[in-house]
Amino acid sequence: MAKHRGVGMAAVNYPTGMNLGGDPSQALIHATTTGTFVITLSSTDLGQGLKTVIAQIGAEALGVPFENVLIDTADTDTGPHCMGTFASRATHRVGNAVIRAAEEARKVMFEVASEELEVAPEDLETDGQGNIRVKGSPEHSINIVDLALAAHFKYGKTISGRGMYIKPKSEVDPDTGAMDPDSTEAHACTVAEVEVDDETGEVKVLSIKSAYEIGRQVNPKLVEGQIQGGSLMGMAHALYETTAPYYPAIDHAPGGFNEYIVPGPQDQPEIESVVLEYPSVNGPFGVKGVGEMTANSPIPAIINAIHDAVGVWITELPATPEKILRALEEKRKEEERGAE
Amino acid sequence: MTKQLLNVVGQSVHRRDGMGHVTGRTTFVDDIQFRDMLYLKMVRSPVPHARIRGIDFSEAEKVPGFVRALTHRDVPKNIYTILCLIGVGPDEEPVLAEDRVLYKGEQIAAVVAESEEAAVEAASRVVVDLEELPAVFDVEEALKPDAPVLKPWGTNYFIYDYEYGQSNPCRKVRFGDVEKAFAEADYIVEGRYQMSPIEHAPTETTGCVVKPEPDGRYTVYTNTQALFFTLDNSALILNIPFNKLHFVGGTVGGGFGGKVDVIVEPIAILAAMKTGRPVKYVFSREEEMRCSSTRGAWRMYFKDGVMKDGRIIARKVTTYADAGAYNRHTPYAVTKHAANVAGPYSIPNVWIDAYCVYTNRQPGSAMRGFGVTPASFAVEVQMDRIAHTIGMDPWELRFINAYRNGDVRPHRKVVEDATLIETMKAAAQLVGKELPEHLLAMNSWDREGGHHG
Repeated sequence: MAKHRGVGMAAVNYPTGMNLGGDPSQALIHATTTGTFVITLSSTDLGQGLKTVIAQIGAEALGVPFENVLIDTADTDTGPHCMGTFASRATHRVGNAVIRAAEEARKVMFEVASEELEVAPEDLETDGQGNIRVKGSPEHSINIVDLALAAHFKYGKTISGRGMYIKPKSEVDPDTGAMDPDSTEAHACTVAEVEVDDETGEVKVLSIKSAYEIGRQVNPKLVEGQIQGGSLMGMAHALYETTAPYYPAIDHAPGGFNEYIVPGPQDQPEIESVVLEYPSVNGPFGVKGVGEMTANSPIPAIINAIHDAVGVWITELPATPEKILRALEEKRKEEERGAE
Repeated sequence: MTKQLLNVVGQSVHRRDGMGHVTGRTTFVDDIQFRDMLYLKMVRSPVPHARIRGIDFSEAEKVPGFVRALTHRDVPKNIYTILCLIGVGPDEEPVLAEDRVLYKGEQIAAVVAESEEAAVEAASRVVVDLEELPAVFDVEEALKPDAPVLKPWGTNYFIYDYEYGQSNPCRKVRFGDVEKAFAEADYIVEGRYQMSPIEHAPTETTGCVVKPEPDGRYTVYTNTQALFFTLDNSALILNIPFNKLHFVGGTVGGGFGGKVDVIVEPIAILAAMKTGRPVKYVFSREEEMRCSSTRGAWRMYFKDGVMKDGRIIARKVTTYADAGAYNRHTPYAVTKHAANVAGPYSIPNVWIDAYCVYTNRQPGSAMRGFGVTPASFAVEVQMDRIAHTIGMDPWELRFINAYRNGDVRPHRKVVEDATLIETMKAAAQLVGKELPEHLLAMNSWDREGGHHG
C-alpha cells in the first residue's frame, strides 16, 4: 500500500460565441455634459467583471480615461438588445459593438474639437488622458469636459454613437454537419500532478499548471481570476462533484453543500499559469475569450495523471475513491489472470 | 499583426463592483423587498414519472396567509421550449405539469402566500394524486424499443433537421471515409467516456421579484444571464405584448449557465398579474440542486484509426447527451458538441452521430463549457490512451495531430485562429518538459512540407 505520484496533460480548444440562431449585441454611447461617456447595454455581469472590461474597451476605443466611462446596463427599457452572457461571448460581442459605437461618437468629438481648435479633424488625436490635441502640437488641446459642454451648448451636437455586432446565423447541413458555429478559438494546455493513495483510492491534486492562449487580455487580473476559479472547478468536476452519485440512478441526489462535495481550501493545489496573446481576427482588440474553457483542460489532465500514477483509466466522472479502488482491484485480477 | 499601443486595455484596473461584493453591499435579487410582496413556492413531483389524476388544494387553502394557487390552466401558453427563439421546436415543456410529470422535482402547481413560511406550508399541504409510471434513466436504455415513451412525437430523442424536411435522430458530421481508413490503420483504439451531471452551484440561487406597475406594466428584477431572451420567452408564455414587461438585471451572483433557463420569471409574472401584488420566487438551495437544470451528463464512444507514426487517420464517435426530461438548451449543446468532439486535431476521416436523448432525470441544460467540456474530457483521455497503445509520448502525439491554420475541420470550417502548438510549447516550458527539436520546430501557420492537410 502506497501513495503514487503521476503527471498528466491535456490540450484543448474552446470556441467563442454561439450563432446557430444568429448572435447579435448592441451598445449605445453618449457623453453627458460632465464629460462622462455612458455606455448603455442590456448585458449582465455574472461576477466575472464584464462591466469593468467593457468600460476598459470603451475607454480605449473612445480614447478617454477609464474613469470617464460609465456602464449603464441590464435594463430592457433603456438598454439595447444583447443575447445574454454565455458561450464566452460577452466580451467579444459586446466589446465589438462598443468599439463601433465609439467610432461614431469619436467622429462627433473630433468635429467639435475641430471647430474649437480650428484645425481639420484628421489632424487631431486623443491622448487617453482626457484631452483631444493637435497632432505634433500637444499644447493645443481641449479637455473632454469642455468639449462636451461646447458640443451641447455651443454647437448643438450630441456626442453619441450606435454600435452593433452580429455573427450571422449559420445553417447546419443535415447530411455532412457543415456549419460555422463560432467566431474564434482560444486554447489551453494543462499539466496536472496528482498523488493517488492505492489503499483509500483518494486523489490529491498537487499542482495544476497551464498555458492559455486567449487572443488579448483586457484585464490580466480578471483573467487570472477565471484561471484560478476554472482550475478548481475543473478539479472538482474530475474528482468530487456530481448531482447523481450513482448515475444514471437518481438516488442520493445531494440537496445542499453538506452533501454536494466541492473542494475546500485544504484541497487547493498549486495553480500556476502563463497567458499567450495571439490576437484573434475578429475580436475587440484581438480578444478571444477565457470565460468557460479554464474549467475544461484540468479534467482530462487529472484523469491522465491518475493513469500515470496507478495505471487505471477512470473514464466515468467523477473519479471517486470508490471508482479508483474498483479499477485497481480489476487491474490486479487481470494481472493475476495474465500471470497464470 | 502590428503592435497596437493601448492605454487601458491590458491593464488590471480594479473591478468597479469589487468593493460592493467583498463588503456585502451589492444588491442581489433576494435583497429586494416590497411592502405588500407575496411569496411563491412550488408543488413538485415526488416521483420521476407519473400520470397526474388530480390536485387537491383544500388543505393548503386553510393555511393562514394562503392567497391563491396556480395550475397549468392559468398559464396562457403552457407548453413551450426555450430555444423557440432560434427556431428550435416543437414546444414540449410545460410551465406547470398538465397530465404527466417526467422528472422528480418537476413543477406541478404554484402557491402564493403572504409570507415565505406560509407559502412553504401551503405548498406542502397540496395533495397530488399520482399514478406512478415506469421510468427510464439511462440514455441507451431510453433508445430501446421497449422503453417508456416520453415525448408526444413518439421518440425519446430530439429530431434534428425537420426544418430541412428531414427527420434525423441525431446531429451528423460526415467527413472523408472512416471505414476505408480503419481498414488501412495500424491500430484501432476504442474508448467509452461518461460525463457526470454537476450542479452550477452559484452563490446566489436563481430567482426573481415581479412588481406590477401603475401603468399596467410589470417590472421583473431577475438574476437571469440573458434579459431579453427571458423577457421574450416570458411574454410568449403569458401571451402578452413584449412591451408589457420591463426586465432589470445587474450583477448576478454566479451563473455558469444555470441562469439561462426560463423557469422562475413566467410563473412569478403570472402570479403578479393574478394578484396585482409584487411576487418573489427564489429557489432554495435544495431546489437549485435537485430540481433546476444541471450540466447534462454525456456518454461518448470513440473508435480511432491510428498509424504507427502517430497520425490519427480516422475518428468515429457516437455520443448521447442526457437532456433529462426536457429540451432546455440541450438540442443546441449537441450541435456545438458535434462541432468539437473530433478535438483540435486534423483528422482526415471523421464520422459523428450525436444524440439528444430524453430520460426521466432532472433536465440537463447549459453549463460552462456547454457540450465542449464533455468533448474535451473524452478527446483528451482518448489521446493519452492512443499514445499509451502505440508507445508514443502523449505530447508528441498531440503535436503531430494538432490542427493548423488553413486546415479544414470535420464540420468544414477553415481554421483561422489556431495556436494549439504554441500553447503546448508554453505549457511544456512552464513545467520543464523537454520537447524534442522536431516538435519545437512546429508552428500553427505552416505545416511541415509546406502543405495543409
